[in-house]
Amino acid sequence: MMKKTFWDRWGTPLILLIGFALSMALPASGLINPYIELVLKYIGINIILTISLNLVNGYMGEFSVGHAGFMAIGAYVSSILTVWVFPAAWEGVLFPLALLAGGIAAGLAGLGIAFPSFKTRGDYLAIVTLAFNMIIKSVLENLEVLGGPRGFMGMSKLTTLWWVYLVVVLVVYLARNFVYSSFGRGVLSIREDETAASLVSVNTRQVKVLTFVFSAFLAGLAGGLFAHELQFINPRSFTILKSTDMLVMVYLGGIGSLGGSILGATVFTVVMEGLRSVLQLLNISQEWRLVVAPLMLILLMLFRPKGIMGLREFRFLIPLQERSEAIQKAREAARTQRRIGEVQS
Amino acid sequence: MEFYIQQVLNALQVGSVYALIALGYTMVYGILTMINFAHGDIFMVSTYLAFFFSTFFLAVFSNASPLLVFVSTLLVAMFGTALLAVLIERVAYKPLRTAPRISAVITALGVGLFLENFMVAFKPVGPAPRFLPPLIPQINYTFGGVTVSSIQIVIIVVSALVMFLLDTIVRRTMVGMAMRAISWDKFTAPLMGIPVDRVISLTFALGASIAAVGGTLYGMAYTIDPYMGIRIGWWAFISAVVGGIGNIRGAMLGGFILGFVEIFTPVFLPSTYRDFVAFSLLLLLLIFRPTGILGRPVAQKV
Repeated sequence: MMKKTFWDRWGTPLILLIGFALSMALPASGLINPYIELVLKYIGINIILTISLNLVNGYMGEFSVGHAGFMAIGAYVSSILTVWVFPAAWEGVLFPLALLAGGIAAGLAGLGIAFPSFKTRGDYLAIVTLAFNMIIKSVLENLEVLGGPRGFMGMSKLTTLWWVYLVVVLVVYLARNFVYSSFGRGVLSIREDETAASLVSVNTRQVKVLTFVFSAFLAGLAGGLFAHELQFINPRSFTILKSTDMLVMVYLGGIGSLGGSILGATVFTVVMEGLRSVLQLLNISQEWRLVVAPLMLILLMLFRPKGIMGLREFRFLIPLQERSEAIQKAREAARTQRRIGEVQS
Repeated sequence: MEFYIQQVLNALQVGSVYALIALGYTMVYGILTMINFAHGDIFMVSTYLAFFFSTFFLAVFSNASPLLVFVSTLLVAMFGTALLAVLIERVAYKPLRTAPRISAVITALGVGLFLENFMVAFKPVGPAPRFLPPLIPQINYTFGGVTVSSIQIVIIVVSALVMFLLDTIVRRTMVGMAMRAISWDKFTAPLMGIPVDRVISLTFALGASIAAVGGTLYGMAYTIDPYMGIRIGWWAFISAVVGGIGNIRGAMLGGFILGFVEIFTPVFLPSTYRDFVAFSLLLLLLIFRPTGILGRPVAQKV
């Protein structure tokens, strides 16, 4: 066991606290304009979505293309709560409750998707999740109570930058603990070889159900934040296009890496928003912006399927005891390398 | 009674288009075990090829006979679409043949979205819906209360012919035998002297040109727009899965089943529930019989 230094113990919390203070101070002080604030919020929401999809596609090695459906459930459920159920005076205080409820509702839907995954894998599961996404969209379009195809509105702008920040930090923390728990090892073992995993007594069904539910829960949270930022949602916001955006972010950052998810979501959001101004400058129609995301996905798959991080992880996202073990292992490996070198010379 | 016969005819018309597109999905899956999610959008591009060529052709030869216009439009659309599909296969799918299977599926999703958004952003096409110029004169025949239009007859007859032709190609020719050999065992097939790459490209070309037949026929009956590939493509894909993906006759059967679902859903439910019914059907089928109606289950090897 390595000795903990002051920075090992207090570094991350300190930085997080400073980040939180900034997320409250910056919009209030007027140092950043509302557009940049909006982009920052989108980055946060996209980070949550990317981590959510990465848990299923990256860590578990299953293939979901229907996460926009979970997001839609979270968005609608939380909006219904804040608009119809909560008293207007209290909605600011009860907002986290609405987010949580949206997440839980999405999680329940995730339970429904987890069961087909017992029998089917790979591309068939992709079809199941896609069908799920389409069904959710179709149901929302047919529910006249919720505005049908016209959408649902009336939410107040409850998604502040510091709320997004808090939820992102919480989600990264939860996801890190999830991935590095013994349960998370089970998730990884399913990705490597499901049959072998079940032979070494990983309860693959339980692992799959919990991962899907957790992942859907996160997507639901993101949906709630998204709805209270835009203050208007309609079923067309949650189609396969949205799911594809999530796929691009996951594969851009790198599968099986939380740091990759954060980077992927950030880079993707900044590039897409940056393109808006670039196209305006060059006087090209904004429709070309939509061509870029799928093109990025194709090029990534062809030339760098590993993404930016490629299974590596930021140091601060690895739990402390793991970190020292990893360092120990690296030292041992280096020692062995040296010995081999001595023998050969 | 007449109402139902009329609806059955409409279902056959829609179903044949779905069946033609479903064939492309199922052939590619059969040979590469890959879902070509871009196929619906390749179909969409084919209707635009038909649109531009027929407009051009009618403008240059204004007094050409309808049959000549129809056949030449069909052939040009088929050729152009086949070229596009082979290009996509060579550029986007072939480098990924040894990569994990899911990479190719993701790429296919990307290619599909790229085609859609490109067509929207591309000025000569744009997002507005369009009509194909009338390729054959519309005549309505009425038999005891049931109306059949000439377009309906052309759609059903041409589709049936193409399906029969494809079935013959796959079952009775050397190329078809090569395709079946590759789908049977793609590691042994090259050892028997089968040019795998060429046969795979040919499969893509064949699937795309059949989709182009569907596209031209579809454009004669309905409006076209760059996003139509999503809905039609998905319905055709469900057809392929319902019939048993990888199975050519299954795809034809599935296409007609989906045609009936589309036409008969509005009889019982509001028509906005069409997608809901089709995707629920898909979901139920995948949960209880993932290999479709005519497909055989495959045991997982460890």
